[in-house]
Amino acid sequence: MPQSMQPGDAKAAEIKAISIGKTFGAFHALKDLSLDIKRGEFLTLLGPSGSGKTTFLMILAGFLAPTSGKLVMDGKDITNIPAEDRSYGMVFQGYALFPHLTVEQNIAFPLKVRRQSAADIKRRVGEMVERVGLVGHEKKLPAKLSGGQQQRVALARALAFEPSVLLLDEPFSALDKNLREMMQEEAKRLHQETGTTFVFVTHDQSEALALSSRVAIFNHGELLQAGKPQEVYERPANRFVAEFLGEINLLPLDTVQLDGERAAGRFEDQTITVNKSSALAGRAALAAIRPEHMVISVEHRKDNCNAITCRVEGATYFGASTKYHLRTRTGTSLAVSMPTATTSPIEPNTNVWVSWPEHQGFLLPNGS
Amino acid sequence: MGSATSRKFLLLGPLLLFLGLAYVVPFLGVVRWSFTLPETGFGQYIAVFTDPLVQSVFVRTLRICLIVTAASLITAYAIAYVWVRGSSVQRALAEFCILVPFWISVLTRAFGWLAMLSNRGLINTWLQSAGIISEPLALARNEFGVIVGMTHFLIPFAVFPIASAMRSIDERVLLAARGMGSSRSRTFWTVFLPLTYGGLIGAALIVFVFALGFFVTPAILGGGRSVMVAELVYLRIFQSPDWGLGAAISVVLVLFIAILLALLRRFIKPAHMVG
Ligand SMILES: Nc1ncnc2c1ncn2[C@@H]1O[C@H](COP(=O)(O)OP(=O)(O)OP(=O)(O)O)[C@@H](O)[C@H]1O
Ligand SMILES: [Mg+2]
Repeated sequence: MPQSMQPGDAKAAEIKAISIGKTFGAFHALKDLSLDIKRGEFLTLLGPSGSGKTTFLMILAGFLAPTSGKLVMDGKDITNIPAEDRSYGMVFQGYALFPHLTVEQNIAFPLKVRRQSAADIKRRVGEMVERVGLVGHEKKLPAKLSGGQQQRVALARALAFEPSVLLLDEPFSALDKNLREMMQEEAKRLHQETGTTFVFVTHDQSEALALSSRVAIFNHGELLQAGKPQEVYERPANRFVAEFLGEINLLPLDTVQLDGERAAGRFEDQTITVNKSSALAGRAALAAIRPEHMVISVEHRKDNCNAITCRVEGATYFGASTKYHLRTRTGTSLAVSMPTATTSPIEPNTNVWVSWPEHQGFLLPNGS
Repeated sequence: MGSATSRKFLLLGPLLLFLGLAYVVPFLGVVRWSFTLPETGFGQYIAVFTDPLVQSVFVRTLRICLIVTAASLITAYAIAYVWVRGSSVQRALAEFCILVPFWISVLTRAFGWLAMLSNRGLINTWLQSAGIISEPLALARNEFGVIVGMTHFLIPFAVFPIASAMRSIDERVLLAARGMGSSRSRTFWTVFLPLTYGGLIGAALIVFVFALGFFVTPAILGGGRSVMVAELVYLRIFQSPDWGLGAAISVVLVLFIAILLALLRRFIKPAHMVG
């Protein structure tokens, strides 16, 4: 690839957001939010609608001024630098292509702003058109393109001038599933090829986990946790993060005891052992286990140290996996996801054992 | 569906009936006069295209209408911009400026301008008493006065289609341009303005066609010295009496406007004209 750069290239920027606050009237859209965006990383901002993701992105881009806090890029305070001087690439929700300009002219726009020579612009536009697979569509107006093609133009336009940061606000939310997956792959590839720092907003948790090198989870204008996809999925900091990233089973434990590298507590009349969390020692807590980490068996399996008896209430078939809905003796409901290929179907109303290895469970504070 | 559609046409009935009785039938009468008065033939049409007086009035009318259209569009664009994109106080002020003219009759406004622009009017009196000029400037009873008066009358009609085009611009498109490093003036010239061309064309059409038929304002502010087509028709019918020529001029004017509208309809959607 011509002009491709390696991650960590000098072109990519790092940004530190320090105690950013943003109020609209009396409403706090962002509360004391600190987040380090590392050079060349693919950071995803994930959170429910209204959690402040777009607001934070707009502040990063310079379209909104924070009410408090500051932004530092590569060691320089940029809090008061206007958007046109920051010049990050940006892909807006709904594309925001120039409707009166052709594909070519859209991509050339940022290059013309930078007063590049006609020859350079022509070469670069050709390169970008090829890179996002739009050869043959150069002379079309955006209205004549499909949603996925418009999305590609937006990506090409945002990357054409080699910005040090690319901000993307729910770029794929309007696309159907297949196209979305294709575009996700493309975004990933473009990130690797350009080495630019990507900040990507979504409220789709699987998209966040699949794409990013790090995920930052927002709720009510607060940053709840930031970490690698495995970290936030397997070791969520609280119940909101755990539940937002996917389905999870929560078993209330009475007093938690520490036991070396493990913690244990009682659920119904069983002892449940999970990974240690010293903060919760001596208190009531929740044992949290993902549905795909549990197995259902008719016999009591001795290889998994945690096992409880349940009654099967129903099943949902998902193709590759089947999800069973179960209820424990005292009425706590559970979901267990089993690969369809390797399990024989289990009839409703059967009494079964649900078991899981102790390292797959972790503790969450009881409450919310 | 067929019956629902025809029922909707029924709703248009009263309007169509009114237009037919008030415009179409009388106009057919005018067409007849143009071929029959004072004698049957094309004589009056030959006069329209050869009579130097009629020619000069047509040329003056076109010139005035073009200048008025340009002046109205520029002013209306500024007002619409403030109305759509200004702060709430600016918006209220712009709205006031747009609506007030509708409450004052065209006659009152023409006389108002006469009071401002005539030789003993406010402007000349001020300038003379301030010692800036010794002789009064010729501001009224000429083409300048007519242009000022007509522009003032027509600006609000141009504001609506322009403002509607401005309102339909996606704010994010403008943010996108800024985000790519485009300065405010560059964003205006390369993104904002081109996206309002539809509204501008619609406004130009409304103002131009409206201006072609102007009568009261040119009659008062032109003081008989810059006669426009509508006034000429009036003079031919009520003063000369030369009904045949007056009728032929009217028919030519109506045809000219019809051709203009037909041409422009091919280039822009009607929705863009009124917004
Ligand atoms: N200009 C504004 N004036 C007032 N309130 C605003 C403004 N912009 C955003 N908000 C509020 O701030 C909160 C956060 O909005 P934001 O757009 O950042 O959410 P989001 O996380 O991007 O949500 P979504 O996933 O729906 O896009 C919302 O409650 C919103 O109503
Ligand atoms: Mg948003």
